[in-house]
Amino acid sequence: MKTFTYERAKSPAEAAAAAARIKGARFIAGGTNLLDLMKLEIETPAHLIDVNGLALDKIEVAKDGGLRIGALVRNTDLAAHENVRRDYPLLSRALLAGASGQLRNKATTAGNLLQRTRCAYFYDTNLPCNKRTPGSGCSALEGISRQHAVIGSSNACIATHPSDMAVAMRALDAVVETVRPNGAARQIPIAKFHRLPGDTPHIETTLQSGELITAVTLPKPVGGTQLYYKVRDRASYAFALVSVALIQQKDGSGRVALGGVAHKPWRVESAERALPRGAKAVTDGLLADAKPTPDNAFKLKLVEGTLSAVLAHAREMHK
Amino acid sequence: MHDMDDELNRRELLQFAAAAAAASALPFSADAAEPSGTAAPVMSKVTFEINGKTHSLELDTRTTLLDALRDHLHFTGTKKGCDHGQCGACTVIAGGRRINSCLSLAVMHEGDRITTIEGLGTPDKMHPMQAAFVKHDGYQCGYCTPGQICSAVAVLAEIKAGIPSHVSADLLSTPQATNAELRERMSGNICRCGAYSNIAEAIAEVAGAARSAA
Repeated sequence: MKTFTYERAKSPAEAAAAAARIKGARFIAGGTNLLDLMKLEIETPAHLIDVNGLALDKIEVAKDGGLRIGALVRNTDLAAHENVRRDYPLLSRALLAGASGQLRNKATTAGNLLQRTRCAYFYDTNLPCNKRTPGSGCSALEGISRQHAVIGSSNACIATHPSDMAVAMRALDAVVETVRPNGAARQIPIAKFHRLPGDTPHIETTLQSGELITAVTLPKPVGGTQLYYKVRDRASYAFALVSVALIQQKDGSGRVALGGVAHKPWRVESAERALPRGAKAVTDGLLADAKPTPDNAFKLKLVEGTLSAVLAHAREMHK
Repeated sequence: MHDMDDELNRRELLQFAAAAAAASALPFSADAAEPSGTAAPVMSKVTFEINGKTHSLELDTRTTLLDALRDHLHFTGTKKGCDHGQCGACTVIAGGRRINSCLSLAVMHEGDRITTIEGLGTPDKMHPMQAAFVKHDGYQCGYCTPGQICSAVAVLAEIKAGIPSHVSADLLSTPQATNAELRERMSGNICRCGAYSNIAEAIAEVAGAARSAA
């Protein structure tokens, strides 16, 4: 691990200002992803700003009936919160499908959104990776790409976003609240938060330099049947091959978001109109522009099959 | 089972070997001709409570909680397996919650109360979970065991606190310590000897005892 200086932040605005001012500064909260990457020297911050003392760990009902989730709320606490279990069960389910109990106790809401890919080539510092070393090339394109993206990828990067929580947040139309280095607050709809790789896969979100996430807000509960199915190589503690988040109302309308298929949580609102016609129609719309590799073409059928199972489960619950 | 003297001798020998290795490495780390990008260690002070006793340390900021426990305070019960949060051997209970001590910087634990396996029980006065692991043979080589036991103690507390899991059928009802629940909740602790079924039996026994005592 490279050496770094360390400070405990005093306020969100001061933290953001310091992050913009100090070269090589990074925020650290749970640390479960950043510290792992620092040990491998994939991340080499010169300065760490510990934001854990910033009192951003509350969950509050907002004026509009929605929920305001502090950036530092731990994944365990968010999944177990009474309002989340009752009103946003999709979010509880997605959180509980991710990581291990130990990691969920540390991992934060903001940190979960900012997780970096688990692409094996990103982790292997002996091989080229445009995300790790811009311009060096993508080893996954010619490599083993079973886990990789099938849609929205580019010739520079076919990595996926690893988060389960973010898939639920996308289906729930979450909004990311931030503070910028000049002290100004900003709201970023989750749909505009994560970027596709394009030719700059090392830039993963629309956050600006030094910008600090302070909260994630959810609109007032939308009800319906909410289900999260995650398909992976073992029954627990593994990243998704594909995951499907479904919110479906009794009239058959609803929302679908996918994990494990793209560089960000994947949702195509126009495809959701096909929900009454079943899994194939929705999948055709969601993955119309898919460009899978020979290794991961199976994900297209896996999405359709998983969505079909989720819709059957929802029908049972609607009876 | 080792007897205590053998265990201590082995441990002392390992500490001596580690000290010798560190001493022989000194000329390199003290040398100015280091690879570019490396700089002198940055030191930072931290004070926390381990197993009821306060400790103040001055550490390289890079020191993980795991390394602080093992190398600086000699709480060697907590084990280093993968050092990347994948195996759970380093599990300790910090602020009442189980965490991977390898994925946490020591300086980020200012004022925290941390319980390691040494704080749960002693060979003469074992914690009920330790006694259950012995009774049910919940280990073979024993390397993952301290992490398994710390995790298991916290799992039962999480169930008692009503925290749901991936396999909880209903998010709104109180979770129970079923075999499926225990297996899911313990999935962050890997045992390469494969003692899983005995581990699950040990935890179930303690959960059952806690239930009937409640």
